[in-house]
Amino acid sequence: MKKLNKVMSVVMASAMTVALFAGCGNADAGTEAADSAPAEENAASEAEAAGDAADAAGAFKIGGIGPTTGSAAVYGVAVQNAAQLAVDEINAAGGINGVPIEFKFEDDECDAEKSVNAYNTLKDWGMQMLMGTVTSGCSVAVSENTAQDNMFQLTPSGSSVDCVKYDNAFRVCFSDPNQGAASALYIGENAIASKVAIIYDSSDIYSSGIYEKFTAEAANQPFEIVSAEAFTADNKTDFSVQLQKAKDAGAELVFLPIYYTEASLILSQASTMGYSPIFFGCDGLDGILNVENFDTSLAEGVMLLTPFAADAEDDLTKNFVTTYQEKFGDTPNQFAADAYDAIYAIKAAGEKAGITPDMDMSAICEAMKGAMTEITLDGLTGVGMTWDASGEPDKAPKAVQIKDGVYTAM
Amino acid sequence: MKKMKITKTTKNNLITYLMVLLAYIAVQILLITGNISSLMKGLLVPLCIYVMLAISLNLTVGILGELSLGHAGFMCVGAFSGAFFSKCMDGAMPDGLRFLAALLIGAAVAGIFGILIGIPVLRLKGDYLAIVTLAFGEIIKNLVNVLYIGKDKSGFHFSMKDSISLHLDSEGQVIINGAQGITGTPHDASFTIGIILIFISLFVILNLINSRDGRAIMSIRDNRIAAESIGINITKYKLMAFSISASIAGAAGVLYAHNLSTLTALPKNFGYNMSIMILVFVVLGGIGNIRGSIISAVILTLLPELLRGLSDYRMLIYAIVLIAMMLLNWSPKAIEWKEGLKRFSRKEKGVK
Repeated sequence: MKKLNKVMSVVMASAMTVALFAGCGNADAGTEAADSAPAEENAASEAEAAGDAADAAGAFKIGGIGPTTGSAAVYGVAVQNAAQLAVDEINAAGGINGVPIEFKFEDDECDAEKSVNAYNTLKDWGMQMLMGTVTSGCSVAVSENTAQDNMFQLTPSGSSVDCVKYDNAFRVCFSDPNQGAASALYIGENAIASKVAIIYDSSDIYSSGIYEKFTAEAANQPFEIVSAEAFTADNKTDFSVQLQKAKDAGAELVFLPIYYTEASLILSQASTMGYSPIFFGCDGLDGILNVENFDTSLAEGVMLLTPFAADAEDDLTKNFVTTYQEKFGDTPNQFAADAYDAIYAIKAAGEKAGITPDMDMSAICEAMKGAMTEITLDGLTGVGMTWDASGEPDKAPKAVQIKDGVYTAM
Repeated sequence: MKKMKITKTTKNNLITYLMVLLAYIAVQILLITGNISSLMKGLLVPLCIYVMLAISLNLTVGILGELSLGHAGFMCVGAFSGAFFSKCMDGAMPDGLRFLAALLIGAAVAGIFGILIGIPVLRLKGDYLAIVTLAFGEIIKNLVNVLYIGKDKSGFHFSMKDSISLHLDSEGQVIINGAQGITGTPHDASFTIGIILIFISLFVILNLINSRDGRAIMSIRDNRIAAESIGINITKYKLMAFSISASIAGAAGVLYAHNLSTLTALPKNFGYNMSIMILVFVVLGGIGNIRGSIISAVILTLLPELLRGLSDYRMLIYAIVLIAMMLLNWSPKAIEWKEGLKRFSRKEKGVK
């Protein structure tokens, strides 16, 4: 047994060492080449520091991070697909300043730790700009690293405040507080209701973030919040208690800062109990008309504040939705639209800044930081979008109402 | 030959220490010469965290002989208490001292939770204990998700509802923000600190195993009734092992919190999936085998990252590799084959 233990520990230790080497940069630098690998790695890391001149001479390397497996995979896959679509379009049209883009997307399983690993993997690949990450928690964790490396970061959908804390980070979507305050303002200014109930997901950052700002802003508005009920990710199938409370309190409007899956359940349960207030939601409700086995007539009259509606009539949206459906067989959601805009924002800022692929990531970041605040982008999620140095986008939230089974601008 | 007779266990332990030390030196050389990829650099601290978790769970599972599925819960407690302390004391204390204090606090709080949970739970046995610890882990995770703590001039504010009901004044700061957790924990964790913590954990656990107390703990594992009949205080020793295991997990949690700037209690990082993941490290490395736990924790943490090239298939491959490794390690046929190999090598030696 002793002998075996010894043999095993030697084998395991060498396996570990080999794994260490194999982990460096090139996964191809096989196990046999463990000795020659250091030299290669050294060259590679030097090249990376010096601007990755050798292997990126012909292309910009843009990386993306998001969950393509796990429970949040819907969002990650949408971002991956839409970003790839935008990259293909840009490359077909000649790229950024005539230089094509190489795009690589890494999975983070919606886990902050995995997200940082994904970021490091992309960095080994030679990434020069980051389009990511998709979810807020991961985005906050990764922004710590991008700030340290001075890597340009543009998150399509990381909506929590801390995502763009550093000056190298920008975002395409609205921030959570922004959405909450805008919703309260919209309800108040248009005098839609005087008694408002809220049902939100307290275990979700997005939902509780909007809820808090909505309540804060509601204090300045002419309506009253009569009930605020929470649910968590563990019990999100039965909402009769929350709805009953809203009904008993006499709420005329139910605010739903949640994702569409739960919202569709709330709508059908409200209809079963004969309660028909106005339902008002944020961009998370986008997609409710595509829920399987959901009677879309229940969503009649639902209002939502969203930057993107797949049924919009402008040419850009129409083209995007058609191509997306052709390629991926699915209707794009708001996350896809954000990612598409993100890639085009990078293109616009890149052209403005006159970046070239032989610049290193820090130089690109410096140039892009300035250029981002100068561009104006007409994208899927807003016309005339601009950014300021804080990283927040400036675009008008669009309120849409579902009429006759389609989103209609209000 | 030698002046001091080295026993088999001492030798075994020395190999374990030496293995960690060699790994550390190897990585340091790579770091200094710049031969290490960013991915590996980023993975160094998580590796230390998982190694600590694996060896601490091995104390409960392998030495105490109780199946605990709530290990991630202790990690969560340690992570949040350590990060909470760091967030409060940021700027008020020198960084190094603050991190040391955070580590101690994380370990202490997790240890206290270990005792509190242990008193009722350790009366149970086997499957019942596993289920209750599983529930405990989930409760911790959900409690943290509804916990709101803020700080302003008049002191700490506490709420279970939302951050508005904390009623902070204008300069107040929300420290634990419910499901959004703690953001902006200072980045203090480093590989060297991780290795030092591994050494401390190893020292504590290996010495415990080879001490009088450790033998008492193992006697409970092997035969509870016999142990009781010779006057061993079962509750005391069970609690001892359980709380030491919990506090090492707590220290690992503090390291985790200070490695990422965002700390949220998601099912992914502090749920039962994580507890089972740690249990997999222990089972694969060999129940009761501390060195095996270290090796398997390292391999199983690296594996999904090294398989990134396979994109979405990597989880499938990972699962298959896991099954293959378990079979190779523990199936009777594989053991028989290994025994055969051993006999063969012994014969070779004999011929020489």
